[in-house]
Amino acid sequence: MVDYLIRRFMNMLLALIVISFLSFVIIQLPPGDYLTSYITRLRAQGELVSEEMVASLTLQYGLDKSFMGQYWKWITNFVQGDMGQSFRYQTPVNELVWERIGLTLVISTSSLIFIWVVAFPVGIYVAVRQYSPGDYVATFFSFIGLAVPNFMLALVLMYVSFRYLRIDVGGLFSLQYQDAPWSFGKMIDLLGHLWIPTIVLGSAGTAGLVRIMRANLLDELRKLYVITARAKGLTENRIVMKYPVRVALNPFISTVGWTLPQLISGATITAVVLNLPTTGPLLIDALLAQDMFLAGSFIMLLSILTVIGTLISDLLLIVIDPRIRFEKKAN
Amino acid sequence: MAEADREHGAGVETRELVVPRVSEAERAAALDDRDDREFYASQWQLMRRRFFRHKVAVGATVVLGMLYLAALFSPFLSPHDPVLRSLAYKEAPPMVVRWFAEGRLRGPFVYPLTSELDRETYENVYQEDRAQRYPVKLFVRGFEYKLLGLFASDLHLFGTGVEGVPVHLFGTDALGRDVFSRTLYGAQISLSVGLVGVAISFFLGILIGGVAGFFGGTVDEVVQRLIEIIIGIPSLPLWMGLSAALPTGWPVLKMYFAITVIVSLIGWTSLARVVRGKFLSLREEDFVVAAKLAGRRDLPTIFLHMVPSFLSHIIASLTLAIPSMILAETALSFLGLGMQPPAMSWGVLLKAAQNVHSIALAPWLMIPGLFVIITVLAFNFVGDGLRDAADPYASH
Repeated sequence: MVDYLIRRFMNMLLALIVISFLSFVIIQLPPGDYLTSYITRLRAQGELVSEEMVASLTLQYGLDKSFMGQYWKWITNFVQGDMGQSFRYQTPVNELVWERIGLTLVISTSSLIFIWVVAFPVGIYVAVRQYSPGDYVATFFSFIGLAVPNFMLALVLMYVSFRYLRIDVGGLFSLQYQDAPWSFGKMIDLLGHLWIPTIVLGSAGTAGLVRIMRANLLDELRKLYVITARAKGLTENRIVMKYPVRVALNPFISTVGWTLPQLISGATITAVVLNLPTTGPLLIDALLAQDMFLAGSFIMLLSILTVIGTLISDLLLIVIDPRIRFEKKAN
Repeated sequence: MAEADREHGAGVETRELVVPRVSEAERAAALDDRDDREFYASQWQLMRRRFFRHKVAVGATVVLGMLYLAALFSPFLSPHDPVLRSLAYKEAPPMVVRWFAEGRLRGPFVYPLTSELDRETYENVYQEDRAQRYPVKLFVRGFEYKLLGLFASDLHLFGTGVEGVPVHLFGTDALGRDVFSRTLYGAQISLSVGLVGVAISFFLGILIGGVAGFFGGTVDEVVQRLIEIIIGIPSLPLWMGLSAALPTGWPVLKMYFAITVIVSLIGWTSLARVVRGKFLSLREEDFVVAAKLAGRRDLPTIFLHMVPSFLSHIIASLTLAIPSMILAETALSFLGLGMQPPAMSWGVLLKAAQNVHSIALAPWLMIPGLFVIITVLAFNFVGDGLRDAADPYASH
């Protein structure tokens, strides 16, 4: 068990290193180094850039060093919370990212909860009532849910609500709360706006999880212990809920691993369509303007979020599933 | 297939074992139950038979075939030049092809649209001009094109054949370009991106997954970790980062391949997993051990014995991997980071429908999205059908 935990943490560390390397490659990818483009931009704005300033900037970003040297400088600064400077906004990246990362986390978490709350009862229902009309309806919707890209769903929802309900569903806050500091009223306002992105993001994950839950539960229901329980005269409800559901519960925890990257990806593009103040729009802007420190930090932070989420799901799985717990102990 | 062969063999065996113990009538009934042809059909025949039993998958295959044909012959099927702008038809709604006028059948015809500026909203309001009917004819002459890049022609499947009277089945965009023609042209990029991307992923997946599964040990461990890490990274931000680094001035074809490579850089992981798993389980199979004992070297063992036995699974996984590639290209182009405007793909077209304002005024701009959904659904159904057909343990 301890061995397993140690290995799991080592894996996470390795993942973080690879991710940080990838993020830095992305920062470095645009042709020409970012300092040159920064100085060109400054000069284009009519500012005087002296040779000393260039030299000090070169030193500050470690551009005189090799690629690995630059990477090392960037990652050590990053770990200490200094993510560099956004060229476009002329502020430290730090000040730009946190609120947006926070809201991305809020949307992803609410979508995850939505996925679980919907997929759990529906998954059980369609497995227990296999080939019933309800099963076919759920199957139909889950195929649709998997095939419709997030942003299409967002577009259609936006169109329908604009056309027939006459409301604009974009954004996360009403106008009066847009720039207001956090308060109870703002929280309530956020909840009122949150449901559309939650449904949009949750649709694909819900569809996938219902399929998995159905397949797993069907496998369990065919097993001998279920027949034994039935022979002993247990009520159908008790039979299903007591054991098979608990066994089939595993995917709910372990799916965090694959739904979280999808949710974060989906949140990025949905946010652009629905005009949400999350990471998506700012990441796009940063990439289009080649504001690479900002973009790289976003990609890095989003990936870290995912890695941590996956770790939590793995740990939960150990707590919930004795088979995994004891197998690891035995090894 | 090896598994299926065993099952198939087992079927013959039980039959022979069981026969002496049952009466003649029962034996005949048992034979009737199971189609006699099953016993000597080849593996591919069995698969084809199972696939054709899957009605939805067969239907989806037909739909896909039609979509790809439409992409191939898009210039012929398009009534209008997809880049031709029209001042008289800006954001015009889809035109209705009518059959009846004055209570009588008049053959397919259209009324041209006239626009009027709404003084309050400053939007163009279109109305049918019922003064004259323009019949929609088959095989009319129109703009010139080269079919498949070879045959020059100006023949089109349908149109009015009258200058200045268009047939906009899906309406027009903000510049007055025909959405129907643009959707057909866009299919060329959108539909092929999946195939090319899957080909690249297939190569990477079978190479890396095969190496990991066949050799095992440290190599396997390293590849496993790598795959886990790549799967754990949210793909869209990464794709966005990589494609944002592409120079904007690249020609369409170069950009196309760059985007495809970026998309498949992540797509190979799931295929590699499947291949690795198959290699691991097959390595211990009797027929592989037998091949080794008989003196076959590694490479012939892999390609003559192991690969054919899981090829059907790989094909099913490939089919299921295509939609995610198509969706990835659509998403990137939609965000403005993929294909760029002179090129046409469904994502590029959907970019016009990015905000509430434009979709409220011109909802028909979302039609290319409908095609994305249909394509993805069809690929999913075909992939499911193939997977079930390839599974030798599936119930018949």
